[in-house]
Amino acid sequence: MKFEHWFFNATPGSGFKPSWLIVAVFLIAYPGFSSDFFTFQIGAYSLILGTIALSLMMLAGYGGMISLAQMTVAGLAGYLVAILGDNSVGVMGLGWPWWLTVFVAISLAALFSAFVGAISVRTEGIYTIMITLAIAVALFYFVRQNYTIFNGFTGFAGVEPPTTFGVYWRNPLPFYYLCLAIAVLSLWAVFYISRSTFGLSLQAIRDNPRRMRSLGFNVAAHRIFAYFLSGIIAATAGVLMVWFNGRISPGSVGVEVVIDILVIAVVGGLRHPVGPFLGAIVFVLLENFAIDLIDRERFNTVIGLALLLIVLFSPDGLLGLWRRARQRLSAARQTRLAAGRATRDGGSESYNSLSNP
Amino acid sequence: MLKIIRNTLVAAALISLSTATMAQDTIKMGALATLEGAFTVLGEDSMRGVQMALAEFNSMGGGKKIELITGSSNASPDSAIRAARKLVEQDGVQILVGPLSGSEGLAVKDYAKTQPNVTFLNGSSAAQDTTLREPAENFFRFSTEGAQWMAGLGEYAYNEKGYRSVAVLAEDYSFPYTQVFGFLEPFCRLGGKSPVDARFWVPIGNKDYSSVIAALPDDVDAIYVALGGADAVNFLTQYEQAGGDLPLIGGSITVDQSVLGSKGRARSFVVGTPSAGPISDTWDDSRWHAFVEAYQTQFPDGFPSPSLFAHAYYINTKAALLGLDQVGGDLSDGGANLRAALSALEFETPTGMVKLDERRNAIADIFLTEVIEGPEGNLLNKTIAVTSQVSQTFGLSYDEFLNYGQVGRENPKCE
Amino acid sequence: MRQFIERHTFWSIIIVLGAAILLWLLLAVWPEWVTNLLGRKKTFVNTLLNGLTLGGLYFLVASGFTLIFGLMRNVNLAHGSMYLFGAYIGYEVAEASGSWFLGLAIAFLAVAASGVLMQVLVFRRMEGDDLRQTLVTIAISIIAADLMLAIWTGTTYQFAPPEWLFGAAQLPIVSVIRSSGEAVYIKYPIYRLAVFVVAVAVGIALWLFLNRTRIGMMIRAGVNDRDMLSASGINVQLVFALVFGIGAGLAGFAGVVGGTALSIAPGEDVRYLLASLIVVIVGGLGSVPGAAIGALIIGLAEQFGLAYFPTYGVVLTFLIMVVVLAVRPQGLMGGQWTRR
Repeated sequence: MKFEHWFFNATPGSGFKPSWLIVAVFLIAYPGFSSDFFTFQIGAYSLILGTIALSLMMLAGYGGMISLAQMTVAGLAGYLVAILGDNSVGVMGLGWPWWLTVFVAISLAALFSAFVGAISVRTEGIYTIMITLAIAVALFYFVRQNYTIFNGFTGFAGVEPPTTFGVYWRNPLPFYYLCLAIAVLSLWAVFYISRSTFGLSLQAIRDNPRRMRSLGFNVAAHRIFAYFLSGIIAATAGVLMVWFNGRISPGSVGVEVVIDILVIAVVGGLRHPVGPFLGAIVFVLLENFAIDLIDRERFNTVIGLALLLIVLFSPDGLLGLWRRARQRLSAARQTRLAAGRATRDGGSESYNSLSNP
Repeated sequence: MLKIIRNTLVAAALISLSTATMAQDTIKMGALATLEGAFTVLGEDSMRGVQMALAEFNSMGGGKKIELITGSSNASPDSAIRAARKLVEQDGVQILVGPLSGSEGLAVKDYAKTQPNVTFLNGSSAAQDTTLREPAENFFRFSTEGAQWMAGLGEYAYNEKGYRSVAVLAEDYSFPYTQVFGFLEPFCRLGGKSPVDARFWVPIGNKDYSSVIAALPDDVDAIYVALGGADAVNFLTQYEQAGGDLPLIGGSITVDQSVLGSKGRARSFVVGTPSAGPISDTWDDSRWHAFVEAYQTQFPDGFPSPSLFAHAYYINTKAALLGLDQVGGDLSDGGANLRAALSALEFETPTGMVKLDERRNAIADIFLTEVIEGPEGNLLNKTIAVTSQVSQTFGLSYDEFLNYGQVGRENPKCE
Repeated sequence: MRQFIERHTFWSIIIVLGAAILLWLLLAVWPEWVTNLLGRKKTFVNTLLNGLTLGGLYFLVASGFTLIFGLMRNVNLAHGSMYLFGAYIGYEVAEASGSWFLGLAIAFLAVAASGVLMQVLVFRRMEGDDLRQTLVTIAISIIAADLMLAIWTGTTYQFAPPEWLFGAAQLPIVSVIRSSGEAVYIKYPIYRLAVFVVAVAVGIALWLFLNRTRIGMMIRAGVNDRDMLSASGINVQLVFALVFGIGAGLAGFAGVVGGTALSIAPGEDVRYLLASLIVVIVGGLGSVPGAAIGALIIGLAEQFGLAYFPTYGVVLTFLIMVVVLAVRPQGLMGGQWTRR
């Protein structure tokens, strides 16, 4: 099987599964049995990173476009929140009401995402990676050098989420549920889009752009719109991100974090919208606790190795690994139960292709 | 995956339980530095400073065992906050020493405001606003900052060297702004000139200075250069290559050992370049000698001589331990007594006496140095003078000092 | 040439006019109004030369990158790591042997060998999976950067080039006439001129190699049509390994050349990777002449940006890229690779 099919080619979201209920109950009950730190810095932060990576998964999985600018879109939304709303730095901070700030920030960032799309959709595949990487770095340099709007190297601090209904939204509990709600909403949106007419044509374009073009589809417009939609998801997560950190600076949109998002999405798996969240959880746990287990100095080696191993041996990520392991297990059980009856289901087939890529 | 999380949670719960029972006889101290990314080497030297202070006190503070937990950032403020949060909220440290760089310091100060029961001591971060504007009640800086480090240099350039006008070449971010401010303020007050259009702000990380060198004016007496690390090394080589002949004045990290000791060509033309900073490798003083010796015996594979990062972390850690001794290691009041003790603390460091001002920033001695050629042809910084007890406001009152406004590309105007 | 003039008369006039103005700017002593417009002549000429020489360096790095892509459609995002690796290896050899040229040669060979290894061990296993290869190179570059940091630490390294290459040469270009009537000539570092000469030499060598040798013909055939090449019975794997070796080796070679002109430190890998990316996007992926043109444009833009408007100079190169993409998505000299 060709790598691309393994790697992306997410299929439209399937219907409800009972295992989801268990996950849902766990996620809702999670703050009940974990400390504030685990609720906030592990739970909420994983959800935010996962949502940004989800926006990449949507582009890559359904559109076949790997964009490295998703973190940049998120970061731009975060910057706009600091610029249009309030900050403690004394630069910009127009003091707009929070709902207007958030709305405008997300809209502008999503438009920027569409702009990134417009520049890069005329090209394909690996070209997209290069161009979006270059755009991401350009924005990084720009915000670092511009002091009048983006406050340069220092960036913004003192960015506060609003207090509504008597709730201060950065408190771990409400913030966690806010992130969870956004993540679930984004997941649902991605599922919905993947089964909509637009999503299905996007997947058809991914598989054969030439055929779709000759069928009269506007390939570029579909792709740009996909960028716009994924931009909304990334930007929303970007707003959460700036509330989470309370600050934003050029480092928040630097090359390392841009690559981190790619690593998260690929390690988690690009074939299913849940993959990015899985990747985010692993990444955040590693980031926080690697120092207690190994020397922190070689953290990047660990991250790089994880990416390398996944790309080499399990292109559909941890999620694929898990699925294959389960299928193999159930296949083994079936073999035991119905002794003598040879079972070769899809699972073991895809396992075989693992050993001969 | 769920199982892993659950296991981690159980483990975390167990850890926090066990700390509750142990809390009586140990104190948890966190140390935060850049142990990853391009500043790894500096972060490691910072940790050596922490280790030295702990070794000096046998890892005891106020009769209690100090348990050290390290945290790592990659020099970005976001990562510094996440690491600090982990140390405070997950590991439960009551005292945190760090971080390393200026923008991280500003971020950790903001975080400190949300954790009033934890005592924060600076690492080596040297941004002015960490303590000058909107300081945090529980953030202490026993090391000095970028503008203080320049103490005495402006006067020296004007009075002793006789320079009347200087051009400025510096990296375009807050730390060099602070250094340029610290140098120009006295220089211009004396009558020196440095017009705004003779200041060249290059992006941090720029490596090719040849065009900037060509654009430098000829009609000035000297060039004040505030670049660091690889940027400084590149500038110096290219300046020599282009046949530059104006004398230089260096920022605190422009002609320090990390630049003079870099691998490759010796830059003998920088001999005679004055600079200033919180330490001087060649200071002939028994306290400094003892410190260097202790460093060398404890860390044979460290730097030849402790860096200013090791020095700053050492001083801040030592302050924490001295404070703990004064309150008998009693932090049951959320550290309020410890912080009161720290505010009043005055102690002897390898570089002279240190005490705090009312915004908890250090008042300490600063060294004026000049590059000389050492006995083996290597380049060293010779101590010219010590400016004693430099305060953050250069002896002005707080309100007067604030009139200068925030440091930036055009502060001071100097026309 | 003649055809070009006939077909694009307007552009030919513009080009000739531009060249004439440039020549005049270089040779004449500037009257007052030009100085008012452009600043001092010394700054202008130096910046121009800096742009050309930096462009030369960028060409050395990017030509390998574009060569590898042209044949294998593999965007080698570990190309920057190879630059840095070559520089470190070259430094160690030059230090141990005392010969800068030996360092240069070993850097080329060592990095070429590592490139061949990568091709044989990694890329051959995933042939045709362009995207997977690209992701693998990202992973390799992350790991390589961290390991090199572990070995060579964060210290800045600088080569000592042979003495005759160091120092400044007097150019036959008058900067100003002093009031005494004495002409002041412009000085320029010899080494940087050498970089430019080397870049031109490598460019010509590559052209000869690709156009005048049998292997070069195979490579060009492979660039145009991979499948036909293998169908014609040539050992494609050997050609791939060779090209990967040359491309990687050029990066290592550039590491020593660039490390001498500037310096080596962690982070340079990303810098040169980005420079190569932009150069080949502007010039056109897979085209060696494109890499030369792109490198010149980007080198000049960077230096003029730095000298005349330093604040946004770094963004300028990216703007050029975006404009080129908007007008000609395949790059200035690009072929058909943008759409597969």
